[in-house]
Amino acid sequence: MTTSLDKAADAGGPAPAADDGGSAAARRAIDWRALLIEAGITAGIVFMLSITLVGIHIANVTGGLAILTRFADVVAAVVLAFVGRVGIVLIREGQPIPVLIGGVAAAILGLFVPPMSLIGPIFSALTGGEWTPSVMLQVVQVAGGVVIALRAAWVTWRTRGTLAEQDQRTGGVDRFGAQVQRATRFIGPIAVVFAFSLPFLFYDRATIDLATLVVTYIMLAWGLNIIVGLAGLLDLGYVAFYAVGAYSYALLATEFGLSFWICLPLAGVFAATAGLILGFPVLRLRGDYFAIVTLGFGEIIRIILLNWTQLTGGPDGISGIARPSFFGIADFTRRPAEDQLAFHDWLGIEFDGIHRIIFLYYLILVLALFVNFVSIRIRRLPIGRAWEALREDDVACQSLGINRRNIKLVAFTISASFGGLAGSFFATRQGFISPESFQFIESAIILAIVVLGGMGSQAGIVLAAILMIGMPEVFRELEQYRMLAFGALMVTIMVWRPRGLLSHRDPTISLAAGSKPPPDAAKRGARP
Amino acid sequence: MRGSDAALLSVSGVHTFYGSIEALKGVSLQVEAGEIVTLIGANGAGKSTLLMTICGDPRAARGTVRFDGRDITRRSTYEIMRSGIAQSPEGRRIFPRMTVLENLQMGALTADPAHLEEDLERAFALFPRLKERQHQRGGTLSGGEQQMLAIGRALMSRPRLLLLDEPSLGLAPLIVRQIFEVIGEINRTQGMTVFLVEQNAYHALKLAHRGYVMVTGEVTLTGTGAELLANKEVQAAYLEGGS
Repeated sequence: MTTSLDKAADAGGPAPAADDGGSAAARRAIDWRALLIEAGITAGIVFMLSITLVGIHIANVTGGLAILTRFADVVAAVVLAFVGRVGIVLIREGQPIPVLIGGVAAAILGLFVPPMSLIGPIFSALTGGEWTPSVMLQVVQVAGGVVIALRAAWVTWRTRGTLAEQDQRTGGVDRFGAQVQRATRFIGPIAVVFAFSLPFLFYDRATIDLATLVVTYIMLAWGLNIIVGLAGLLDLGYVAFYAVGAYSYALLATEFGLSFWICLPLAGVFAATAGLILGFPVLRLRGDYFAIVTLGFGEIIRIILLNWTQLTGGPDGISGIARPSFFGIADFTRRPAEDQLAFHDWLGIEFDGIHRIIFLYYLILVLALFVNFVSIRIRRLPIGRAWEALREDDVACQSLGINRRNIKLVAFTISASFGGLAGSFFATRQGFISPESFQFIESAIILAIVVLGGMGSQAGIVLAAILMIGMPEVFRELEQYRMLAFGALMVTIMVWRPRGLLSHRDPTISLAAGSKPPPDAAKRGARP
Repeated sequence: MRGSDAALLSVSGVHTFYGSIEALKGVSLQVEAGEIVTLIGANGAGKSTLLMTICGDPRAARGTVRFDGRDITRRSTYEIMRSGIAQSPEGRRIFPRMTVLENLQMGALTADPAHLEEDLERAFALFPRLKERQHQRGGTLSGGEQQMLAIGRALMSRPRLLLLDEPSLGLAPLIVRQIFEVIGEINRTQGMTVFLVEQNAYHALKLAHRGYVMVTGEVTLTGTGAELLANKEVQAAYLEGGS
């Protein structure tokens, strides 16, 4: 007897073969036996995965931890997967119309009837246990139905034309991506205006806090984009510079009482120095080796922060970090110190804690836009083009007389200083920092934003940051399934656009007397 | 060896190692200003290694490389490439995501931007195909067009010596002929000195003024292109089938 995993591996064989045949001969007799086997295997895999992830659940109950079971959810998930797979196979076998109807029906059913409401009573009758259906199953049923219906609709529409027409449509998707990207020229300023008016559109603390978080990550990703997106060096330790910036500000502020506005540039300088120091040993490395060393550097910084207790406070971190004042003019506290002016008195308005939140939001927004401005400008300078050449082809880059060592160092230094600026903002916003905040996962998230956005695309990064940082918050209502939904979203995006959301690359130069109308590179360069 | 102090490029007694493997075993050759000189040899003879050694990557362990009378053996690659030598590397190595125009511009990165327009016009005059495709991305060009782009890009830095590493690699015979015609034209009209490393011995020797034959890290034969073409050993080793 073979295990289920073996069966799953065996099933990998016939399935792709059926795929090839299915697209060629649209109408033919359906092999029901193969269909049921395939759907059964899918259901089996879902069972294997969900029995531990969904079926058993450790929860806090009074008096300690308890293991709760949700086997009904597992059964429901298996049934859903089975039905869904049958639908997918039927589409492949040239029967999209019934699947389309079925998918829509399943989605509608999921919307109005509690999911798999039939299973509940049966399950209760069989086991005597009580079953409360979870929201997630409903979401899966509705979303799955819609996706399968869309797929069926797409196949129906696509199989009308000839192969040539199909090719044209595939190209059309790429062109659409390029158009979207070109449209960011107009969307860009609109987005900036929207970002600036956001605190007034949503005068609410939670929203502005979330927006601040998103913009912080946008800024970090724009900073990392210089190394990863432009110079093509995979840096897995970017959080190190973030940490250097944060600790620089925190220490300068708590030890020497320097104000935020003096420390901000200093934090940038310190982080840039850290970038320079890291840059030297990794200069000769490429690809995977480079990634590993930067990963190590990120961890080293964190471990130093954790262990150098006299300076950094070790795991306790640094607390009581000064909040920024309104450019040294006024303070955001209700009753400021003797010689200071309170912001609300200064403007003659009622005191409200949200003033500081809004101010912090604007602060990070301006910092992020500054990073964006510098990145866009620098891409058109010789150094920016040299970075791109380095990303495209290391050897050719050298044969063109480019000093690889220097341009790598410059990329590192600039990128690190942006990370440092973001770090000092983080410290002043939180008022408390500890090594906990600078784990590897932060580097991974920032890198994921850059890659997801489409390496090197400024607008793509904004979209990706909103998705990566905003979505987990939006999905918060799904409770324990939050990260599952988030993961599913990520997988969907990478299947749909494997090179990132906006991966089209605009050329930086075109001849005025060119044969084709150039996409006015000069004008774009002038845009901040 | 004749006129070694007048030579634009002079390689003397160069040994190059990859780890403990001696890839070049004391190679000497000269390229005079205005010449096309070719280096032919079988796969693995060390032709590309010599070209890369001239560029300083890897550096010669012993011996000297002189360009325009100056010793460049110990210089770093980017300095060498800025001193008037340009290279079209093996396998073309154009920038695939950049447009043709950007690729050409990259070649001029270390040159005076004042004559960018003029140099672009000259590159487009040599390769009209590149002008037609100037907004197309490098990666979408055909092999022959990519080779044209690689040569055009190398010329953008206004070099005095053009190093070409196997420009015929993987190209159809008709395209190879076109490429070699253009190399001859660059030499005639611009007086460009060309050092050409080739496996396609027939075309290379027909084009070149002089040639060297390399076998396992050593230069074994030298002579004018016509002499080498007529040489029995060369014919037997590199010219089977007549062309």
